[in-house]
Amino acid sequence: MTVTQTTFRSAILDGQQDRPLGLSDAEGRPAGRRFDVYRNNVAVSLTDALATGFPTIAKLIGEENFNAVAGIFLRQSPPASPLMMHYGAGFPDFLRDFEPLAHLGYLGDVADLELALRRSYHAADAPPIAADALASVPPEHLGEVTFTFAPAVSLLSSPWPLHAIWAFNMQNGPKPEAVAQDVIILRPEFDPEPHALPPGGLACLQSLMAGNPLGIAAARASEADKAFDLSAILTLLLPDNALTSITISQPSEV
Amino acid sequence: MYDAPPTPKGLPNLPGVGYKPQHYSDLIENPGTIGWLEIHAENYMGDGGRPIAQLRQLSERFPISVHGVGLSIGGEGRLDPEHLARLKHLVGWLNPTVFSEHLAWSTHDGAFLNDLLPLPYTEATITRVSDHIDELQNTIGRQMMLENPSSYLAFDESTWSEPDFLREVAKRTGCGLLLDVNNVFVSATNLNYDPQKYIEDYPLDYVGEIHLGGHDEDEDDHGKPLLIDSHGAAVVDPVWALLDHTLSLSGHRPILIEWDTDVPEWPILHAEAERAQKALSKVTA
Repeated sequence: MTVTQTTFRSAILDGQQDRPLGLSDAEGRPAGRRFDVYRNNVAVSLTDALATGFPTIAKLIGEENFNAVAGIFLRQSPPASPLMMHYGAGFPDFLRDFEPLAHLGYLGDVADLELALRRSYHAADAPPIAADALASVPPEHLGEVTFTFAPAVSLLSSPWPLHAIWAFNMQNGPKPEAVAQDVIILRPEFDPEPHALPPGGLACLQSLMAGNPLGIAAARASEADKAFDLSAILTLLLPDNALTSITISQPSEV
Repeated sequence: MYDAPPTPKGLPNLPGVGYKPQHYSDLIENPGTIGWLEIHAENYMGDGGRPIAQLRQLSERFPISVHGVGLSIGGEGRLDPEHLARLKHLVGWLNPTVFSEHLAWSTHDGAFLNDLLPLPYTEATITRVSDHIDELQNTIGRQMMLENPSSYLAFDESTWSEPDFLREVAKRTGCGLLLDVNNVFVSATNLNYDPQKYIEDYPLDYVGEIHLGGHDEDEDDHGKPLLIDSHGAAVVDPVWALLDHTLSLSGHRPILIEWDTDVPEWPILHAEAERAQKALSKVTA
């Protein structure tokens, strides 16, 4: 009796299935609970990996609910690679579509934030620009400056108070108010930090990350939000090693 | 077939520990009896950040053993070419002292199950495992060591004993072996054989590294002891005794303490390493 890995895998992920035949104890009796060691190892190790990767979600819905939700997710989306640092990329969308938690509409965005923090943690290192690099640009050329961003930097847009929900649960922050919050993730050295973006910040940074010069990015941001303040964005980026190069683009021939 | 001396050389015949980031400062400031470190390959396959930075620092001070936990050498399907490339990259830039993997499978049909799953000991498995080891050794350009598993059950189709199976794979591929003494104790208890006899049957000449770790205790459907490899507790006395028996036959070997879950404070882990050092000092090289 050959036990194929297809049979083994299927019986591990589906606890309702019969255990495969052809597996025994030392006396030739069916393996029984011995097979369940593998079922349990797989479920527990993948649940632990998700709990480690999504601590805010675990806190928001409680450990018992989290384990139940993770148990469903891991069976329909087991890891596609042995790099557990990447496991759970589909978890945010899974939470968005998970009917029993539909009343917590922000869970998907919070999970996206946690995924982005994890990616930032493992992102490539890149030497930042000098602290005075921007100050040395002649004021008349400031609008022509373009930046390269560190690989650890990323943006999230949300209709929820995304940063405040994270800070309330993970940093003892104040109770979130009902406002939309866009977020930038920065990694000053090795520990990623989410920051709430000021008005117009997302439009400005999206434009800069697309390679547009500062003048154009600032104009886009002012169109998006009249309260946009460029200095607030630069104050956020400069001390936290977000930028890896600064270039003065050729003035366009208009 | 990889052309290498049967006993993998490289690691010092001293205690090592499985590296945990919470012990970074202790290892830098006060490594005590620790002569080398082991890392899990898959935890150091990101692009950068703290894990890679710490590994670079540690590799300047300690010989490093890279222990893969995700290649699925026993898988029925072909080895994941992307994962082989990642292993080649890691071994390439880190240039570790040794590399090891498991006699197990973990990936099938595109799903990685994050556990070391068991194999039937048949001629077909020997061929498949040997082919995969050939492919790995050719990819990373060096000899690997293959580790014996913890077993909870037996395959009815098995026709080879585990020591004979491992000896045959080592002969065919030129790989070395990593002997996990706790796994021997766990498997022998679960499958009701004599662990000392297993060690006596084991091809100790091929062993370049020994593992020790803790296990959990459970029972099967018939009330028989069912030990579960957990790496979450201290090494138990019968396993230390089995280590003594092993070393009396093999002579000195590098010995790793594995403690991966419920990781203790440094002094507790270091005390385990000191006990391994004492076991080494009791035998002649």
